[in-house]
Amino acid sequence: MSRRGFLGKSAAAAAGLAALAAAMSPLRHLKEGDLPSVEDFLQKHYKEMTAAQKARALERIRERVRARHRVEAVVTDPPPMDGVEYVYGLNISRCIGCRKCVHACVAENNQSRAPELQYIRVLEMEKGSIDVETANHHYTPPLVPRPDKWYMPVQCHQCANPPCVKVCPVEATWQEPDGITVIDYDWCIGCRYCEAACPYWARRFNFAEPLIPGDAINPKISYLSNRPREKGVMEKCTFCLHRTRVGRLPACLEVCPTGSRKFGNVLDPNSEVHYILKHKRVFVLKADVGTLPRFFYYFDERGSRYHDPIEPGPVHATGEGA
Amino acid sequence: MKRYLTFLWDCFRLSFVGDWRYHAWMTALTLVALGGVYAYCHQFVHGLAVSGMTDQVSWGMYIANFTYLVGLAAAAAMLVIPVYVYRNLHLHDVVIFGELLAVSVIVMCLLFVMVDLGRPDRFHHLLLRFNFPISMLTWDVIALNGYLLLNLHICGYLIYCAYCGREPSKKFYIPFVFIAIAWAISIHTVTAFLYVGLGGRPFWNSAIIAPRFLASAFAAGPAFIILTLQIVRHFTSHKVSNDALFTLRRIVQVALIINLFLLLCELFTEFYADTHHIASAQYLFLGLHGYNALVPWIWTAIAMNVAATTLFMLPLSRALKTLNIACVLAIVGIWIEKGMGLIVPAFIPSPLGEIVEYSPTLHETMICLGIWAFGLLVYTILVRVSVPVLAGQVTYAHHWSRPRQEPAAPVAAPVPENT
Repeated sequence: MSRRGFLGKSAAAAAGLAALAAAMSPLRHLKEGDLPSVEDFLQKHYKEMTAAQKARALERIRERVRARHRVEAVVTDPPPMDGVEYVYGLNISRCIGCRKCVHACVAENNQSRAPELQYIRVLEMEKGSIDVETANHHYTPPLVPRPDKWYMPVQCHQCANPPCVKVCPVEATWQEPDGITVIDYDWCIGCRYCEAACPYWARRFNFAEPLIPGDAINPKISYLSNRPREKGVMEKCTFCLHRTRVGRLPACLEVCPTGSRKFGNVLDPNSEVHYILKHKRVFVLKADVGTLPRFFYYFDERGSRYHDPIEPGPVHATGEGA
Repeated sequence: MKRYLTFLWDCFRLSFVGDWRYHAWMTALTLVALGGVYAYCHQFVHGLAVSGMTDQVSWGMYIANFTYLVGLAAAAAMLVIPVYVYRNLHLHDVVIFGELLAVSVIVMCLLFVMVDLGRPDRFHHLLLRFNFPISMLTWDVIALNGYLLLNLHICGYLIYCAYCGREPSKKFYIPFVFIAIAWAISIHTVTAFLYVGLGGRPFWNSAIIAPRFLASAFAAGPAFIILTLQIVRHFTSHKVSNDALFTLRRIVQVALIINLFLLLCELFTEFYADTHHIASAQYLFLGLHGYNALVPWIWTAIAMNVAATTLFMLPLSRALKTLNIACVLAIVGIWIEKGMGLIVPAFIPSPLGEIVEYSPTLHETMICLGIWAFGLLVYTILVRVSVPVLAGQVTYAHHWSRPRQEPAAPVAAPVPENT
């Protein structure tokens, strides 16, 4: 190779490398912990971890919460209970659309405050319609409820035939024996296929690094539910499994001032939800998509035609006379 | 083995050789691709929030381009079928350019999927827990990578045989050619099923999507190849007959008509029945509750498709100039129809009836352009290397072990159209 040729080629190669380095310069903004550590990289799928590996994973979550939020967390992994299948009922005769459930959920489940991320969306519906396309998502009256409106909160329906689980290419989301669909946040690759598949718009994606002020962190966290998430993964309502699997009620139910929310074990014949399903007028949202939700809506019958004395109509009279 | 390494080394060296136009073209592509790298690094640090996507419209330009390109890749089959199934030998000499196109386009497809992931660092989870056969996305992973390997094998084998100066053995590539034909149909069908299988998205949940995908792919793909072949013919010594171009024209004619017919079927079903399921279609074609960002796009696309179909049907398009205009119209029209027109409106309104519009951000656009530039770069190199090898100008017998030994090759660079 000639001297000139060599110099020319070297210059071209140097310019190319410099251009590549310049193009990759935004990577200098990567913070410590943004890239997975070797241990993160090798961590197994939730279902494949041994007891020791799981304990270590919980420990690492605790360390991370301490490092990022300066909070001492209690990290648990409560298992599903035998003979339990959770269902959730929502009384649309009572709900006044105050959105207290939305905010209690955000606080309980360590959802990102900026960008704002919420699991529950309360729809303000027109009377005379159950069509969500006529719903108002962003109502802001000084007082609720508004006359001639009714309110329908929507959150994950924990479907028995969940399309989101079916589509996940890496099995990062699955249905637990107690009916709750969960996500392994450490396994999700962030393709958002589940978000496209959900007919209830119940899943949320962390488009940016979730931001939670340190004093707002709920330190009682669990692996499959409310531990702080990272950017680039999906999350969703888990019926507060860190509470409900140890005998407490979901945060959204506890805060509800009107008693519109009912939660319990549908397999227990003495449970409230069992009674409601048996005796009330119950419906599920979008029954036509065949997802078999474990979240249902119902209404009170007081004052409805079933309780008022019904005059035998003329049709009946004619029928009997004939 | 040594021979194969020499082959790769020669290919590598060849890809740097060309006149000033070649170097200018390659430098321009490299710069655009580096712009994409820059924007992607930014996205890697700050998350997908730098894109225009939201929880409401959770797939955007990346998946739209991916969908369009899968079709373009499948179109290579449209060159192969006439040659190997119907023995139409006009296209015999150009089949390889279709397959090389398939290789570079599949690379672009895989890149578009990668940049769409929230956690690309966990890509290996696909290998550890692969939700096959339940998730359609896993089918797509297999279909796309399989198609890439098939085409790499066919092209690689043919080119390497030419390099070694021996006749390719039929049993090493003809079976793969036939598998690749079926596979080409499958990559597009599987990609359509990705969307069609979602019961919660009425806009996609329709049996017509897969056939429409194929029809539009078999129009846009050969149209793209018609343009590419003319560029190859203009800048290299490779002979491409007009007959080959006009055989492709006939394929595009049929595909475009089927595409328009299927569009008509879809529009009729949606709008005549006028059920609730048309909200997305209404948003796309007419606008919904005052939101109409996509309306101008889709009507531009339809106008372009109708114009392209008309031109292709008229004898006028036997003139290359008219044919080229018709090709550009078809390529752009179908790109809009499949990107803006198929992916985005399925998310608007959201399943809870909320209308949030989508428009790509600068970063997102830069990443898309970067991937296109990289794909064209790969395609240019593949064509640049394969033309002289197939013509027997660069072989193992006189390879480049000693510099400047090669007779001044009249091989200049192909400069593909920037579409």
